[in-house]
Amino acid sequence: MPDRKQAPAIVDAVNFKLNLKPYQHFVLDNGVEVYAVDAGAEEVMLTEWVFFAGNTLEEQNLVAATTNFLLRNGTTKRTAFQINEHFEYYGAYLNRSCYNETATITLHCLTKHINELLPVVKELITESTMPSEELAIYQQNMKQRLKVSLKKSDFVAGRLIDAYLYGEKHPYGKYSSAEEFDALQRDQLLNFYNQYYLQGKLIMFVAGKLPADIDKLMNRFFGDLPNKPVEVKHPALHPAMEKKVRITNDAAGVQGSIRIARPFPNRHHPDFLKVQVLNALFGGFFGSRLMSNIREDKGYTYGIHSYLQNHIQHSAWMISTEAGKDVCEAAITEVYKEMKELREEPVDEEELLLVRNYMMGSILGDLDGPFQIIARWKNIILNDLTEQYFYDSINTIKTISAEELRSLAQKYLQPEDFYELVVV
Amino acid sequence: MIQFEKFTLTNGLRVIVHQDLSTPMAVMNIMYDVGARDEDPNRTGFAHLFEHLMFGGSVNIPSYDEPLQMAGGENNAYTTNDLTNYYIQLPAENLETAFWLESDRMLSLAFGEKSLETQRKVVCEEFKEHYLTKPYGDVWHKMRELAYTKHPYRWMTIGKELSHIENAQLEDVKAFFFKHYRPVNAVLVVAGNVTVEKIKTLAEKWFGDIPSGEAYKRSLPEEPVQAAERRLEINANVPLDALYKCWHMPGRLDRRYYVIDLLTDILSGGGSSRLYQSLVKEKKLFSNIECHHFGSTDAGLVVVEGKLVKGVKIEDAEKAVEAELDKMKNELVSEAELQKVKNKTESMIAFEDMSVMNRANSLAYYEILGDAAWMNYELPKYATVTTEDILQESRAIFRSENSNTIHYLSNN
Repeated sequence: MPDRKQAPAIVDAVNFKLNLKPYQHFVLDNGVEVYAVDAGAEEVMLTEWVFFAGNTLEEQNLVAATTNFLLRNGTTKRTAFQINEHFEYYGAYLNRSCYNETATITLHCLTKHINELLPVVKELITESTMPSEELAIYQQNMKQRLKVSLKKSDFVAGRLIDAYLYGEKHPYGKYSSAEEFDALQRDQLLNFYNQYYLQGKLIMFVAGKLPADIDKLMNRFFGDLPNKPVEVKHPALHPAMEKKVRITNDAAGVQGSIRIARPFPNRHHPDFLKVQVLNALFGGFFGSRLMSNIREDKGYTYGIHSYLQNHIQHSAWMISTEAGKDVCEAAITEVYKEMKELREEPVDEEELLLVRNYMMGSILGDLDGPFQIIARWKNIILNDLTEQYFYDSINTIKTISAEELRSLAQKYLQPEDFYELVVV
Repeated sequence: MIQFEKFTLTNGLRVIVHQDLSTPMAVMNIMYDVGARDEDPNRTGFAHLFEHLMFGGSVNIPSYDEPLQMAGGENNAYTTNDLTNYYIQLPAENLETAFWLESDRMLSLAFGEKSLETQRKVVCEEFKEHYLTKPYGDVWHKMRELAYTKHPYRWMTIGKELSHIENAQLEDVKAFFFKHYRPVNAVLVVAGNVTVEKIKTLAEKWFGDIPSGEAYKRSLPEEPVQAAERRLEINANVPLDALYKCWHMPGRLDRRYYVIDLLTDILSGGGSSRLYQSLVKEKKLFSNIECHHFGSTDAGLVVVEGKLVKGVKIEDAEKAVEAELDKMKNELVSEAELQKVKNKTESMIAFEDMSVMNRANSLAYYEILGDAAWMNYELPKYATVTTEDILQESRAIFRSENSNTIHYLSNN
């Protein structure tokens, strides 16, 4: 009979030696840099084309996102249907996403099909036509989707809190409207496409079970793109003056969407990695203070989370939850109580060890597989960091003290610095 | 081919070990053969509420999460209409912590009043977040009640109504536990950086002395064959009209399941699928349209759902959907079109199998279904499907007497 009261011995995860598998790096004839991680047992691979074509670079709202969306909707040789049919015939997934600084094309496929797929990706990058018909369908469907989303308090709250933090005109704070969808013109998209894709700056990431001649293969298709430099813009912030806002979006709603957030510097700030640990303790995982108190003790919500936003230039520290309409204010009070506790009481060693072990275990689990490894590298490279950042973050998790965490709480967890929004 | 080894403890607990030495992690997955379909119609939502209570401490261990986090582990769980699944990922060195935690909660829960009280509230908030505050959030409650008259798929996993959850009592919780959460009704999968010998020892040590329990004999009311079409109109404060249509289909173990799985992919599985191309791109009647099926163990539903372009009459939209389905019933799909969805299935399985966690979950799922080894025979089953099968199945499924339709109309 085992002694069930006694926990089995464990190896503290802080004792694990974590390594980030190095990438292979090669440069195409035109200077395009390619980062590759060859690993994994399944015959699958991921290829990602990262263009400096994010919404920071657009002159008018939605131009960057729409251009990115329509990349797949027509070339000089193929209709949208034919493009989709080609990728789908090979069981491949072709996605595109627009971010603030960058915009991407992502291809997941069985390695055996890569030769059939790359020529068509090349076609999207060099011969897209952005057909008017496709733009019109996109405008109509996006406006309809927006109408549905605007009925959801969490969607409305997410838009507004970013606008408060960065300003409605800032790329990180601006949001879409039906009028702005209507205002989109095909010429604007073609110009943006021409400047930021066809002639634009490209970085590539590949991972998975890679063909032996991956470097030659990529050079054959993408080594002749112009790859001109793109100057990154750094628009000024215009945060809102009013810090506490209550909005009724749906008078019959039974829940409120709560967002509490403060501006925070980017990954280059010396406090960033340390605050990741404080954040975990505060609201970053299931065993965090916020979750234990507001979900597990009070039952006000299905979940509450805090996190640092994933932006390159500026970040924000966000607390986010959906709570019963009648307990929203009580939940907010508890959030501030937990901040106060962190400012006043140093965390005890056992809880701190738990957070360290949890974070280390989580990174260890997350490094499982080639796609996860390349995602780490991509984050490091696009944020202009080095490998050292990964090891610094491990080291911070292992060594940060309770006293340091308390002084960070005193520096950053001050209620008057936070925007506070409830949308019902 | 996913390799694994299987053995059964004397108390009836089935144990499956899948080794993968390329990862430093281990996964423990425990699946219980109980879901929302096994609930009393007057106490729905119980299987899922129960899943929450499984984290409220067990008979010898007051807190489940803390020791696991201390060991560098993460966990989660989910409940469906068919089954309940719990999974842990942690560094392989600390695997015994998972055995300790999971075996203690299989032995017995703490059954604390406070935990029940809190989780009732949490689940009520989950109910509100997902089904009450979202536009169209109640549609699947309504559709299930329309399409099923007898079978317990009539209600959703979250439950029929909030009051069933609010009224849950501790005696109900205990009875449910000792009926369903017994070794004989569970499958334990351990995967990752582990050895079979070590798992045999650990399983015997931690799970071996748990009383077997009685094997649960499932006898659910069978859904009578639908004889006439059913329709429902809902008027609600939503911005757009939406169309929902469902047809009854065979269960998971029927060969026709594979035909229908491919058939729904032909209709809607990407930008070159039929419904999207015809109704969103060419005719511009819908802003989005999807076709999928429940994937349920017992006889499920094929679903077509879409939101209409503002100004389009729902009768016209529905006719256009029917016209596309008529094509499926009258003409063979091309070999290339069938090959496309088979290729997609091959690729989807390859991507799913990349993660140890998914592999462990699949092994448990197929074992509950009948045999873990079935996991490796899925692709050949899809490969045998012909264009003639697709035609026959389209004719069998897309009949008006077999259909359930909801017009979800905007009243503003």
